[in-house]
Amino acid sequence: MPHFVSLPVLMPMLSGILLLLPPSGKNLKARRIVSSIMAVLTFAVSAYMLKNALSGEIFVYAIGNWQAPFGIVLVADVMSSMLVALTSFLAMVCVFYSLCGDDEAGSFFHPLLHFLLLGVNGAFLTGDLFNLFVFFEVLLISSYALLMHSSDKHKTQSALHYVVLNLVGSSVFLVALGILYGVLGTLNIADMALKAAELSGDDRALLNIGGMLLLIVFALKAAVIPLQFWLPATYSSALPVVAALFAIMTKVGIYAIIRVYPTIFVEPNSASTHIAQDWLWPGAIITLIMGILGVLASKDLRMIVANLVIISIGALIAAIAFNTPGAIAAALYYLIHSTLVTAGLFLLADVIGKQRGKVAVRLVPAKPIGQPILLGTSFIVFVLAVVGMPPFSGFIGKVWLLQEALNVDKAAWFWSVYLVVSLLVLVTLTRAGSQLFWRHNGQEPSETKATPCQLIGVLSLLLCSPLLSIFAGPISEITTLAASQVFDITGLQQAVLGGK
Amino acid sequence: MEVLYATCVGVLFACGVFLILRARTFPVVLGLTMMSYGVNLFLFASGRIHSNKAAVLGESAQYADPLPQALVLTAIVIGFAMTAFVVILAIRARADLGHDHVHARFPKIKGKE
Repeated sequence: MPHFVSLPVLMPMLSGILLLLPPSGKNLKARRIVSSIMAVLTFAVSAYMLKNALSGEIFVYAIGNWQAPFGIVLVADVMSSMLVALTSFLAMVCVFYSLCGDDEAGSFFHPLLHFLLLGVNGAFLTGDLFNLFVFFEVLLISSYALLMHSSDKHKTQSALHYVVLNLVGSSVFLVALGILYGVLGTLNIADMALKAAELSGDDRALLNIGGMLLLIVFALKAAVIPLQFWLPATYSSALPVVAALFAIMTKVGIYAIIRVYPTIFVEPNSASTHIAQDWLWPGAIITLIMGILGVLASKDLRMIVANLVIISIGALIAAIAFNTPGAIAAALYYLIHSTLVTAGLFLLADVIGKQRGKVAVRLVPAKPIGQPILLGTSFIVFVLAVVGMPPFSGFIGKVWLLQEALNVDKAAWFWSVYLVVSLLVLVTLTRAGSQLFWRHNGQEPSETKATPCQLIGVLSLLLCSPLLSIFAGPISEITTLAASQVFDITGLQQAVLGGK
Repeated sequence: MEVLYATCVGVLFACGVFLILRARTFPVVLGLTMMSYGVNLFLFASGRIHSNKAAVLGESAQYADPLPQALVLTAIVIGFAMTAFVVILAIRARADLGHDHVHARFPKIKGKE
């Protein structure tokens, strides 16, 4: 059995426990050292897993050696390993970024971050729907606590809304699981696909009800219209480094939709359509429109970035609604790009805000920032990447998505909405940039300089964008392989259930 | 028995949803708890409702599906932890925001002081 598949889940759990125990439990310096080392190690094992998965083989790890479908399995195919590696990389950058002060406000920042990593990695790797629920809860409870980290009065309210909404979401998740288990008698994804194909009549109706309830939960996690109202307030009130880490959390919802719907809930007479498509397509377009309205209405940079997350979700959901291997491959490329770029923008907004003093990143004149050339250049690169201008990664992702829209005859709506949205994002960010960097109230420039940790955090995410476009060839081959595995249901069943 | 069971789950859900839609944090927390009771009962029923069947092999002539019972146990534990967290958060919100309305104040209604 390939034991390395369990490591990206076990390592963060181990580091969380180590960080709570002495000597690192009471000592900030020890905690920082342990946290950094463990974050690097987690990234290393994730990268190793990705390297193995690239051979195209699906690695299955039966926990406790209980064979599927009776035991819980971890399944590492290309898509899961790729997303696990992305998450571990982002967590590593966030750990480095937090070393210069963000982790001082409470003793549990580092353990919570690793527990969040545990939840996200587990959710990407698991091959069992109930286990997916458990990992969702692990990542949610860590995210609740991280959200409250170093919080002031204003955060409490958005945290309360976030927690209550997600608790309701968990209840709906359990109801959906109850229905699905009642109909199918199994919760292993590969086995469910096998059983679901044999259902007909009333049982199929029940299956579809369970599937649509599940869609509500995943849409809530991914922030698809009409379940996206929690996101801007939550992300913009969280600590910036936490918000950067949360950039991956909406993608967990996206991953779950890609993993579950083309596999289990396919229509019986046509294998290439699934039950969620007709709902996701209008949802995607309206999410894009709501996202851009939010961006236009935002009065500070962090709110703008939070709404940019919604726009990226809209584009991803549209690609899922196309439901072709090509569209999923484009979506996975876009997902990597948008996660890294929005996380980088959250961190950059923090650095800019610290140098502008009290007004932070609100779009009003303030004293000039201390390092205008460095931060300004970073801002321009991020803006070009997020809008999708050449030569950065956003351009490739955007063109690929637009091309896939042509193949499924949905180009008219998607092209018009998405291109107008991109233009408006460019306009808003240009306005925001000129406010932040050029309009000042005549005071002396700020003395605050960016700390080394901040620079490492921002610049390493900044570098990802050109790297994603330089290595676009190999990366697009990887995402194409990942997408072909998503649609290869028999391959998954053979790997998980053996030669049945 | 099925009708009684289904009615129980339905009533719990209806009360839960009603309470969650209230504007103060205490009823919201109560509503979440009620809903998680409803969910637990519902999950339990996904293994079909029987009497005189043990979940352990060899204890009775026929056996019940043990998996929903394991799922319910997990769900109860998680639900309990989450409820504890949301209670603490609600108390903190009351202290921080000075009000137990979910928006920290009553919305102003036209024509009413």
